[in-house]
Order: sequence, then C-alpha cells, then structure tokens
Amino acid sequence: MGKQLLLEHINTPGIDTLNVYRANGGYAALEKALKMKPEELVEEVKKSGLRGRGGAGFPTGMKWSFLAKPEGVPRHLVCNADESEPGTFKDRFLMQNKPHLLIEGMIVSSFALGAEVSYIYIRGELLYVFHILQRAIDEAYAAGLLGKNILGSGYSLDLHVHCGAGAYICGEETALIESLEGKRGNPRIKPPFPAISGVWNRPTVVNNVETIAAVVPIVNMGGDEYAKIGIGKSTGTKLISACGHINKPGVYEIDLGIPVEEFIYSEQYCGGIKNGKKLKAVVAGGSSVPILPADLILTTAKGEPRLMTYESMADGGFATGTMLGSGGFIVMDETASIVKNLWNFTRFYHHESCGQCSPCREGTGWMEKVLHRVLSGHGKPDDVDLLWDIQSKIDGKTICPLGDAASWPVASAIRHFRSEFEEYIKNPASIKDVKHYYTTNNLQPTA
Amino acid sequence: MSKEIKFSDETMKLVQTIIARYPEGRQKSALLPILHLAQMEFDGWLSAPTMDYVASILKIQPIEVYEVASFYSMFNLKPVGKCLIEVCRTGPCWLLGAEDIVRHIEKKLHIKDGETTADGMFTLKTVECLAACGSAPMMQIGETYHEHLTCDKVDTILNDYKSKGERTTHWDKKHIKAQ
Ligand SMILES: Cc1cc2nc3c(=O)[nH]c(=O)nc-3n(C[C@H](O)[C@H](O)[C@H](O)COP(=O)(O)O)c2cc1C
Ligand code: SF4
Ligand code: FES
Repeated sequence: MGKQLLLEHINTPGIDTLNVYRANGGYAALEKALKMKPEELVEEVKKSGLRGRGGAGFPTGMKWSFLAKPEGVPRHLVCNADESEPGTFKDRFLMQNKPHLLIEGMIVSSFALGAEVSYIYIRGELLYVFHILQRAIDEAYAAGLLGKNILGSGYSLDLHVHCGAGAYICGEETALIESLEGKRGNPRIKPPFPAISGVWNRPTVVNNVETIAAVVPIVNMGGDEYAKIGIGKSTGTKLISACGHINKPGVYEIDLGIPVEEFIYSEQYCGGIKNGKKLKAVVAGGSSVPILPADLILTTAKGEPRLMTYESMADGGFATGTMLGSGGFIVMDETASIVKNLWNFTRFYHHESCGQCSPCREGTGWMEKVLHRVLSGHGKPDDVDLLWDIQSKIDGKTICPLGDAASWPVASAIRHFRSEFEEYIKNPASIKDVKHYYTTNNLQPTA
Repeated sequence: MSKEIKFSDETMKLVQTIIARYPEGRQKSALLPILHLAQMEFDGWLSAPTMDYVASILKIQPIEVYEVASFYSMFNLKPVGKCLIEVCRTGPCWLLGAEDIVRHIEKKLHIKDGETTADGMFTLKTVECLAACGSAPMMQIGETYHEHLTCDKVDTILNDYKSKGERTTHWDKKHIKAQ
C-alpha cells in the first residue's frame, strides 16, 4: 500500500467530526500556514509539483500564480465538487468521510490566494454530502477556524457550500462559474480565463476537491518532501476510483508510478478480474479518455510496463496511449460489448451537451443514432467510417472540451476494436445479450 | 387544491441566509439552492406559479428562472409521485446490470421510464452517473443512495417507501431545523 496522505484515518470512527479530526493531526497545516506568507505557500505548492486532480493535470502552483490581484477587487477560490465524470467517485468518498480535510485545504488555499470568501460547488444530487460539509463548516466556525480573525492570525474567511442541480457540464470550470451565478451551465469562451475574470467578473481559481485536499499534506510535509513521491512530473499520491468487472471496486490512494498491472491484479487494489474472467479493456481516467485494450493498458507499445503516471498513461499518444484523467478507472472483462458501452457513453455526452456549439450538439446526437442503428442490427457497411468522420469533426472544434470528451471514446473504440463494429454490421446475430430497455428510447433505427 | 405558494417562515429564514452568501446585487446566485427548497416545499416539482414566486423573491424576471429550471435535470417541471426513483443508467452501472434493475422496476410498477404510477406513489426516472460507480448498480431516492442493487433488494426498498407513504424530496425538511 502506498502512502495514505489523504485517506489516512478514513476508517477512524468519528473522523468526520472536528474533535476526532483534530485529535488525529487535523488543522496542523492551517496552524503552520497562518504563520507563513501567502507567497511562501504558493511556492511550496509549486515545489510539490502537484497537478490538478480534476482531470486536466494542470500544475496547481502555476495556476495559482496566474491569479490576478487588482487593488480593491475581491478574488475567490471555488472548489469543484461537481464530480460527474462517469467512473469517478473519489471526491464524494473523501468529502463524505473526511469533510474537514477539504475544509482545512480550503482555508489554507484561500489564505495563500488572498481570498476572503470561498465556495465549494457541489453537484446537486449530493445534497446529503452538502449537509455533511455544512455541519463540518459550522463546527469550524464555532472553533474559530473560519470567520473573523482565524486563530488570532488577523486573516478572515467565509466558506459557503453551493449546490448545483444535475448537469455534467457544470464540472467544466467556466460552466461551473455561470452556474454559481445562478445561470444555465453554458461554458464561457476563453480568454478571459477565470484567473483574470471568473465569478462575478472577479479573479477566480477553480480547483478540484482532491487538489485542494492535497494542499494539506503538502503544507505539513513541505513541497520538496511531497515531490519525492512519484515519478518525474507525476508527483505525490492520487486517488483512483476503480469500478467495473473487478473483485474489489473502491477508492484507492496510490503513489503515482505503480504499474497498471499491479493496480488491477494485486490484492491491495482491484484484486483482479471478477469471476476469473479475462481482461478485455480499460477506460482509465473517466469516460472521456480513450479506451485501451488489455495488452496496451498493461504494456506500452514500446513493450514497457505501463505505469499509473500522467506521462506513462499518455505514452504513445492517442494511437496507443490514453490519459490518467480524473482517476476514474473502469475495467471491462471479456463479456463486455465495446460497441454497446460506447453507445451508452455517446448517449451520455449527447444528453449532457449544453447545446451552444453545433458540432457538439448535433454530432453527439448523430453518433448516438448511428451506434444505435448498429446495435439494433441495422448497421450499414460504411457506418464505422461515418462514425470516424463525425467524431473527427467535433474534436478540437468546440468552445469547451466536452466535444473532445465525446469524440475520443468513439475514435479510440474504432481504433482498437474496429472488428467488433464490423462483425455487428456484417452479422447482426452476433450482437449477443442486447437487452431491450435502451431500445425504448425514441431513437428508432433509421433503416 | 390550489394552495397558497409561500415559503414557511422557517424556510424563508433559510432563503435569506442563502442569499446573504453572495455579494450584494448578486442575489441571482442563490437561484439553484432556492429552487431546491421550492421543490421540497411545493410537492416535489416546480410549477409556473412556483417559479414566478422564486423570481419575485430574487427580484429577477420569471424567464430567468424558467430558463435555468429547464436546464438542470434535478428540477421537475411536471408533477412527480411521492417517491421519485432515480436509477443510474450510465456506463459503469450498465456494465453491472442497471438495465435489469430498470426493467424490473418497470414491470413491478407497471410504468415506463418517466412515468408515474396511477396511485401517485412512484415516478421512475433514469439519470446519469451519480458518482457511486464502485457500488453499481445504484439508485437515488430523495437524498438517499441505494447501492449494490439486486431485484430483491429493490423490492424491499420500494415496499418500504410504499408502506411509509410519505413524500420524499432531495432537500429534506429535517435539515432546515439543523441550520
Ligand atoms: C465537461 C467537463 C466536465 C468536468 N467535470 C469536472 C468535475 O466534475 N470535477 C472537476 O474537478 N473537474 C472537472 N472538469 C475539469 C474542470 O474544468 C477544471 O479543469 C478543474 O476543476 C480544475 O481543477 P484542478 O486543476 O484542481 O484539476 C471538467 C471539465 C470538463 C470539460
Ligand atoms: S462543446 Fe458541447 S458542452 Fe461544450 S460549450 Fe460546446 S455545446 Fe456546450
Ligand atoms: S455509472 Fe452509475 S453511479 Fe457512476
């Protein structure tokens, strides 16, 4: 088992309460941070090499140093707790079990950024977690850890939880900002970036739950020490939420750099494939990243073991690699239908497209229809090429990355599993185990 | 059965607390949380008069409320049963049998996805990934996540809601007292 910087004490009874959290070393990072200068804290985060855990992996210290600081204009830190990327459930796990870790991270990070009012934007479906966070925030206020003059330092911070209401797109940071302003979650055209003009046109940093939580151990141990964990530019620990056809689904904290094979097969982590079946494919970083067949997820095209790092996952580019993404690790065994899973994901992106850009709004719908046609036994010989063509006309041509996220799964499934599509088209009888629930959708096959 | 659309004093206090979380003049930011409260208070859905009422509280145009309410999947723009069953239908849950769960509920309650039972007790709705893929298949009822579902487990859960017969909403009254 790797270092448990975030999940330490996660099973200690009462760790969700302030007393137990403090008795186990909680809020030590805050006490330390308040004695430092904000710039020094930003420096520690830079040294740590921490990269955004929300999916894009952008260096957090660098993001923080971009924050504009015009005289007299308040700036804000907003925590992205929208967690809606299929396969990802680490932030919920962390917030539900250790709410004070996120709150401590929010206070330390807000202090580093000079924010005096900060927000946690949580997806609306997690209202029960909203109440867990609210209770923890109330405790923190009562103990003088939030509010005016925190622990006598002269620094004051108000922290609020804001709930969304069901929309995957609100995880995209500019859509999240729109949503926080009480609007539809339509992503903004960038620039300006949130660091210059974010919520209410004020400079804003948006960071993922896990990113903000990681600031706590970084302050406690020092950036240099944190950077010793991991390999190269993938420093520290990462939460991986593992699901699908494995023996032990759940949230694991790994040292970045362990081999994928160890993660899938070791008893410490996923414990191997369920029911003694064979591994067929993995979607390693949430539904948006390219799917890889068993051989390429375990070993890179160069024949080296693939490691759980940003770089190794991406080795080979999109031709033979993928991305670490959000850490949503979806495992499929030999019985899984790649085409059907792809249809489900494509349906998801079509449903979640905000509709501002025609390639995304229309393209996702077309791909869903073509895939549905193939799955219902009416596929045409050139449908695979048609799908390829549609996805290539979305990728890179939209306001926000949801368009790319919808096209990559299609492109990678065709790249690595083309024969499965072709078999379904040539020989509809081979489409086994297609149950009929999804065909009740009003998408009738266009013969 | 037209009852007056007005928040209880208790809820109204919470509404004011929420509005105060945002800068002066930015009270529209409170729209999503307040729509959740409105759904809780007014039978689990947002009628046009309810949305107009929320607009008047936030001093914004009704259209600003309608366009937002219609964008987010958690806001119900038509009446729903007392118990809204939201079953996750996205990839990871589907891999582990979400489809069977939906079929089972449809058969058991004689309704299709999106419909309400004749007695007004249950509405079935399929939803997207609820960040519980590790305990798939799963469904949400009110604020509660029901995980590792089997058809038998679904029967027990639904029978339980039915025997209680109460309205279940995402934002529960019990949290108002706690605020
Ligand atoms: C469609 C879409 C959905 C996203 N969903 C999330 C999400 O649920 N949680 C999250 O932290 N980041 C999400 N992101 C990434 C955010 O835009 C942003 O990069 C992130 O919050 C930055 O935080 P980080 O640097 O700490 O990772 C999403 C991006 C896109 C394009
Ligand atoms: S890419 Fe899709 S989700 Fe993103 S802004 Fe365009 S239409 Fe909206
Ligand atoms: S796919 Fe159902 S909870 Fe994620």
